[in-house]
Amino acid sequence: MMPELADLYQELLLDHYRRPRNRRRLDDANHTAEGHNPLCGDHVHIYLKVEEDVVTDVTFEGGGCAISTASASVMTETLRGKTLAEAKTIFKQVHAMLTGQSVEFREDPHLRKLEVFSGVCRYPARVKCATLAWHTFEAALDEKRGTVTTE
Amino acid sequence: MTRTTATQPAPPPTAAAAFDPYRWRADFPALAQEIHGRPLVYLDNAATTHKPRPVIDAVQRYYERDNANVHRGVHTLSVRATERYEGARAAVRRFINAPDSREVVFVRGATEAINLVAQSYGRTHVGSGDEILITGMEHHSNIVPWQMLCEQTGAVLRVAPLNDDGEVLLDEYERLLTSRTRIVALTHVSNALGTVNPVIEMARLARHAGAAVLVDGAQAVPHQPVDVRALGCDFYVFSAHKTFGPMGTGVLWGRAELLDRMSPYQGGGEMIRSVTFEKTVYAEPPARFEAGTPNVAGAVGLGAAIDYLDHVGRCAIAAYERELLAYATERVQAVPGVRLIGTAREKASILSFVMEGIHAHDVGTVLDQMGIAIRSGHHCAQPVMQRFGVPATCRASLALYNTREDIDTLVYALARTREVLG
Repeated sequence: MMPELADLYQELLLDHYRRPRNRRRLDDANHTAEGHNPLCGDHVHIYLKVEEDVVTDVTFEGGGCAISTASASVMTETLRGKTLAEAKTIFKQVHAMLTGQSVEFREDPHLRKLEVFSGVCRYPARVKCATLAWHTFEAALDEKRGTVTTE
Repeated sequence: MTRTTATQPAPPPTAAAAFDPYRWRADFPALAQEIHGRPLVYLDNAATTHKPRPVIDAVQRYYERDNANVHRGVHTLSVRATERYEGARAAVRRFINAPDSREVVFVRGATEAINLVAQSYGRTHVGSGDEILITGMEHHSNIVPWQMLCEQTGAVLRVAPLNDDGEVLLDEYERLLTSRTRIVALTHVSNALGTVNPVIEMARLARHAGAAVLVDGAQAVPHQPVDVRALGCDFYVFSAHKTFGPMGTGVLWGRAELLDRMSPYQGGGEMIRSVTFEKTVYAEPPARFEAGTPNVAGAVGLGAAIDYLDHVGRCAIAAYERELLAYATERVQAVPGVRLIGTAREKASILSFVMEGIHAHDVGTVLDQMGIAIRSGHHCAQPVMQRFGVPATCRASLALYNTREDIDTLVYALARTREVLG
């Protein structure tokens, strides 16, 4: 693979694209939101189960390109079991990383996976693909009604 | 001199054989650059075309020498600017074989032209329970203005469906034409599928049913001769920037007897004959529809683009592109996992496709790294994507300066894409 593309499409990212984790509806979710990227038509639905300030389960449906699908998949793995405060911190870190700031994730194997998206910030046209699931997660958490869009 | 639909006879093969795209390509400065270290292969012409040197020069020369407001002053620069502006209008008249320059209205683009017709013609000719008929392959710009008109008037939007090749089902179209149909709006060439609609036949049926016919020519004029009289439509619209001219300029052509009876779209300077606080008398078309200072440089640039196309030869362009599209179709179709979206018998310029298991956006990113510009997305035609059950497609769209070499590079890159993302 061309080296510049290998940096974007890392094997772990492609693995999550080909075999997305937690891609299913969560029937007992108590927070949900839909996200939409009108530029490419990508659509994601996030389901959260929050119990006593802990994200006890998180799943998604939909997706689209490799980056948006893998981002949603890795996100679900990252957030499960986190407190709401931790989840919001992670969201901020991911956002900082995707907008080109240097971020060090803790020695948590699930969090370290997020670094697979560190190359995305060099592709401005693709940053929204990676942030879609996260913005939708934030909307679900805040229980904003309606659909989130990247525009 | 020309007819422009499915009924157009195939140009003689010699026309395409004699065409040298490398000669014309040299006229386009933006094409001579590298992207990520590789020569640019520009295949996003349906989004916008690049501009040849004579167009860039004409715009620059206008600002360096002739710049002034038009139809206003008696000073020399104003006279010159007015001559340039009206000269461009005359060039557009010839370009589409319109009967009269007064039928040529300069607007911002095809989108504004359609909105103008919807609001000016539509608001006075369409009422509650009336119907507006479009096709299933329209660009959002030929859907949304009519939906807005329907909301305002209580009219109903009807849509003629497509077959699996991306052609309008003509018997369905004919069935949907009723005594309630006031306006038929259809694209000449589909931006998402490449389908060339049989406009002459469709316009004839529509007018027989008593409807006015608007044709969106944005994707047609860069690729083939257009004759609005032969098409038999009432309105024809296009954008300068998709036909080698500047952004921000477009054309509405309308039959004089319709324009004469239409109300202004916007109020302001230029569009009046006399103003008092009690009453304003509107100017005759086209000034009636050109409120405010127009984009004179844009019109001048469009005029230069038209001269350039005439110089290259529009029949020769059509013949060359027909051959290039056939080559591209054959080569791209042979790439494993590629499925074409839009396989109409009559097509122009556009190759829309999906790659099995790979999203169009990822294809677009990989191709960009190899210097190739295509469009990936829904092409402002979401209903077309829904019709074919895909979220997005990759679209390679050709222009007169594209070569077989460009297609070969694309095909090579698509194979590499499968290696990267397969």
